Amino acid sequence: MLYEQRIAEDTTRRHTIAVLVDNEPGVLARVIGLFSGRGYNIDSLTVAEVDRAEHLSRITIVTSGTEQIIEQIKALLAKQVPVRQLADLTTEGQVVEREMALAKVVGDRARLIDALRVADFMGARLIDRTLETLTFEVTGSSEDIDSFLRLLEPEEVSRAGVVAMARGTRMLTASELRP
Amino acid sequence: MSDAPDLAPPVTPKLNGAEVVLRALVDQGVEHVFGYPGGAVLPLYDAIFKQNHLQHILVRHEQGAVHAAEGYARTSGKVGVVLVTSGPGATNTVTGLTDALMDSVPIVVLTGQVPTHMIGNDAFQEADTVGITRPCTKHNYLVKDPEDLARTIHEAFHVARSGRPGPVVVDLPKDVALGPAPYHAPEDVPHRHYQPKRTPAADRIEQAVDLIARAHRPIFYVGGGVINAGPEACEDLRTLVRATGYPITQTLMGLGAFPASDPLFIGMLGMHGTYEANMAMHGCDLMICIGARFDDRVTGRLDGFSPNSVKIHVDIDPSSINKNIQVQLPIIADCGEALKAMLARWRERGHQPDPLRIAPWWETIRGWQSRNSLGYRKSETSIKPQHAIERLYELTKNEDVYITTEVGQHQMWAAQHFKFEDPFRWMTSGGLGTMGYGLPAAMGVQLARPGGLVIDIAGEASWVMNMQEMSTLVQYRLPVKSFILNNSYMGMVRQWQDFFHGNRHAESYMDSLPDFVKLAEAFGAVGLRATTPDELDDVIREMMAVDGPVICDIVVDRAENVYPMIPGGAAHNDIMLSPEDPDEPVRGSEDGMPLV
Repeated sequence: MLYEQRIAEDTTRRHTIAVLVDNEPGVLARVIGLFSGRGYNIDSLTVAEVDRAEHLSRITIVTSGTEQIIEQIKALLAKQVPVRQLADLTTEGQVVEREMALAKVVGDRARLIDALRVADFMGARLIDRTLETLTFEVTGSSEDIDSFLRLLEPEEVSRAGVVAMARGTRMLTASELRP
Repeated sequence: MSDAPDLAPPVTPKLNGAEVVLRALVDQGVEHVFGYPGGAVLPLYDAIFKQNHLQHILVRHEQGAVHAAEGYARTSGKVGVVLVTSGPGATNTVTGLTDALMDSVPIVVLTGQVPTHMIGNDAFQEADTVGITRPCTKHNYLVKDPEDLARTIHEAFHVARSGRPGPVVVDLPKDVALGPAPYHAPEDVPHRHYQPKRTPAADRIEQAVDLIARAHRPIFYVGGGVINAGPEACEDLRTLVRATGYPITQTLMGLGAFPASDPLFIGMLGMHGTYEANMAMHGCDLMICIGARFDDRVTGRLDGFSPNSVKIHVDIDPSSINKNIQVQLPIIADCGEALKAMLARWRERGHQPDPLRIAPWWETIRGWQSRNSLGYRKSETSIKPQHAIERLYELTKNEDVYITTEVGQHQMWAAQHFKFEDPFRWMTSGGLGTMGYGLPAAMGVQLARPGGLVIDIAGEASWVMNMQEMSTLVQYRLPVKSFILNNSYMGMVRQWQDFFHGNRHAESYMDSLPDFVKLAEAFGAVGLRATTPDELDDVIREMMAVDGPVICDIVVDRAENVYPMIPGGAAHNDIMLSPEDPDEPVRGSEDGMPLV
């Protein structure tokens, strides 16, 4: 048939959605409430102002669900009053995704030397040290960070969540039209 | 409004925040505000006291104010406006806000707030109003800067009425209302970015009309979105449906968009819809859904819903598409714009009605209609509630009549037996099912339709929930008629207990109800009572003759249930007909307990 025949798939897929919003009070609560109120998952969420002149923040949400649920999430996000632009980076082409993490290792000399070796191998940066501790900064895909942390087995971890952008010329900026 | 400039001169250096709010309301065309004063909104009440442009209606409970604004909005197509104080004033609006969100009613609710420097200190009558109302509004605002005041009020009206309409809250701290604030006229306020798409994609309209022209078993399934799109949309709907000669069913919210007396109308669909409407939905090959949202009360069991049809879905809200039911041809547009485009395309292609093609379909439908699924056993001794609605309809149909309802059995009987010929005459709480909606909603309707005959068809249990508004009706001489079908039960609760909980009537019986006639008199209104069928017509006539609010206590058969019924979680073809139907005994069992 010519018409949009969406087959209801039950397979769950991970999607990265980028949203440009007016940076006004409550906008993050609104987005989070939309997910919690309807029982959708948030795997990761980052938010920060990206355009001071236009008062715009960019929210990057990593969520997972069936195709139908992802479509619902996008439609619900898009109709919020403060939402200016929205892109499903996962379906709209190739994407670069990065995450940053800080990891602290505590231990004796042997443990610290071992940690330095792992960090060197994985390209992590040493940003703080004492006699008993080393703190590393690592940037990469979520999978890269997962494997670094698996190897390092640190005592404390802080992860920033995913930030993402489409590859090539596609952009999500205030000047583009609302979808 | 022509008299708007009188409120203040064009250049207004010395307005305070409250006066700016009032001026913005007047410039938005507001004539009536439903509200209740309190400490945090005293500056606004002071500003109301000093002007003559809009009338404030003093309700008796903030929930009543919101339902009144809803009734006002739904009959007039304008934005309803509410003004309440902080804390309990604001929290009392939550039910009404949720109701307006579910039924897409445009209202703006202004709430007072403690002064900005006290926010977060657990001040007296402080509540986190924007936090509490965030999930039950389309959008909400807390105005902290007087500079934003006028712009925010104008934007609130824009958001409330644009796209899929809904409720908007504006929270106003007392210091913002008291301090100086600049005024900006609506035309000077650009609406930032909220501009929902209204016009349909041309190729989708072409595909839709091609499908419509070729269908053999089509049905129009029409909801409140068409009424929200306005009178012109309803006219275009009538023209298009008649041009095709296809059957049409309407949702609870859609009643009146298409005239009930037209032979193409086969009744309301859904849980208590007609047998023919539900069977036609089940058996159709093309479903043309316009401004309805495949609610669970309409669809029944999803995997048994209209299994062999191609579905066209016109909706202004993209998140309504493919939410419950997968459709093949979604059209995101204002229903009015889509209908206009479909009609133009239909004419452009020179399509004519083809009675031969759809004759077998109509024959099947006529067969279903012959089951007379809305039939009930008449009685000489007790008033059947269905009979009471039929008589009310017969005696009022030539009047300028507007009907509101509460929620429950009486609501379904009203939807089934009162025939609506025009839109904007039927106001009921559909999505949320709010008991206590009807009386305050009728108050709002009466204010918007001063000469109209406004009747709240009620059950006694629901009516009691907001009966304090009788006092408001008397104060403002609003001649609303309460037509209470009194069976001493929460009838719909009792019906479900009969069907699914082994007739155990847990807490669904009301002892010690008030004497409604004396109650009316206590409020300074007129009370009437009918206990036998031969008293009924006289009571209705007398009710109509009284120039003022009336409470009619119609004592009805206590055991009557609403038929037909698709139990929640069943498919359309599993519909239960009444016990009088020879082929279809009622099948209730405790298997139904988990249903909603």
